[in-house]
Amino acid sequence: MTEHASIDPSVEEVWSWLADVPDPEIPAVSVVDLGIVRDVRREESGALVVTVTPTYSGCPATELIAAEIARAIRARGIERVLLETRLSPAWTTDWITERGREKLSGYGIAPPGYKVVDASAILRRRAPDPVACPRCGSRRTSLTSRFGSTPCKALYRCDECLEPFDYFKPH
Amino acid sequence: MGRQDALFEYLLRLGDSALVLAQRLGEWTGKAPIIEEDLATANTALDLIGQARMWLAYAGEVEGKGRDEDRLAFLRDASDFRNVLLVEQPNGNFADTIARQFYFDAWNVRALDALRGSTDARVADIAGKSLKEARYHFERSADWVVRLGDGTDESRAKMQAAIDDLWTYTGELFAADEVDRILAESGVGFDPGSLHAPWMDAVKQVLDEATLVAPAAGYMQRGGKQGVHTENLGYLLAEMQFLQRAYPGGQW
Ligand SMILES: [Zn+2]
Repeated sequence: MTEHASIDPSVEEVWSWLADVPDPEIPAVSVVDLGIVRDVRREESGALVVTVTPTYSGCPATELIAAEIARAIRARGIERVLLETRLSPAWTTDWITERGREKLSGYGIAPPGYKVVDASAILRRRAPDPVACPRCGSRRTSLTSRFGSTPCKALYRCDECLEPFDYFKPH
Repeated sequence: MGRQDALFEYLLRLGDSALVLAQRLGEWTGKAPIIEEDLATANTALDLIGQARMWLAYAGEVEGKGRDEDRLAFLRDASDFRNVLLVEQPNGNFADTIARQFYFDAWNVRALDALRGSTDARVADIAGKSLKEARYHFERSADWVVRLGDGTDESRAKMQAAIDDLWTYTGELFAADEVDRILAESGVGFDPGSLHAPWMDAVKQVLDEATLVAPAAGYMQRGGKQGVHTENLGYLLAEMQFLQRAYPGGQW
């Protein structure tokens, strides 16, 4: 492991490594761009602690993501890595970075259409979000199902170019 | 009953209701009426399993006997389950499944919203996390009540029948017992009765939009929260628990 210059990396360096760890279900986007990594810190003992938050409660990728993060750090020669899970504040799509939004769009998934910010106005029903087609940009689209292939996405159809597409739901 | 015992019971109610409903929804996988709803039903189940896991993990810690969420889910008998009777009712046709989900979701969003302000930080965190998912579930189930109710003669008749049939299982959601009172007093829980009026308003609003008729008040079934279940739960558990019973300690 002596070839690794960064046996004692800075926290910023660790963040930059994690920015290359893809989300297992949407590999176009990193776990950092999705806002899943909440904190990186070094304990007095020298152990590196990475705090992650689950996207959806039942997301089956949650444990895999933690394992991938630990693996990416150990691959740089860091042995003592601890993964912590934090529930609160609950993950929101507002934490997806600009870069993450662009990557989603380029991958054919329409990014969340608005900021959730305050989830307290929760007891009213809302009409389906107006979403732009990631392929042709048309806003003439319709919801076909409130869930897509994963809990974080909904299924839409473009009424202009007629292609179906995924929409990353504001959450 | 001591406060720890009451909290354990309370967490089982929350966790078991989510777990049993998720198991029911899972029964649709591969045979829902259309593939989009097959996926949506499975994803809703996934959210609920995640929520159940958080509640039951905490329940196990509160109990302090070394039972984790898996042991609580897979190694208890029906009489030890504390889910409300509503969620163990069979899937029936798609309208029956939607009516069950709709009644539950309309309650769940309000229950979780109340629990967000719990004096127990762990309860508040789990509720805050689950609430956003529950809201989305409610939007979907309410959409379907409207779509089927305000649909063809046949879909309307089936939706109305489902709304009527399951009505008798909704009263339990709002009935308080000693556990509820202990938890409400300490600010960890809430008074179930306080959710009845807002729940009824939300349900009626959707039924109106769906051109359906709200059932009249009537006899309400109770017992799930105390472990007295309909015969449906035993069959459900037999399937859900089979692997752990047949191969104790088996893991993925
Ligand atoms: Zn298009």
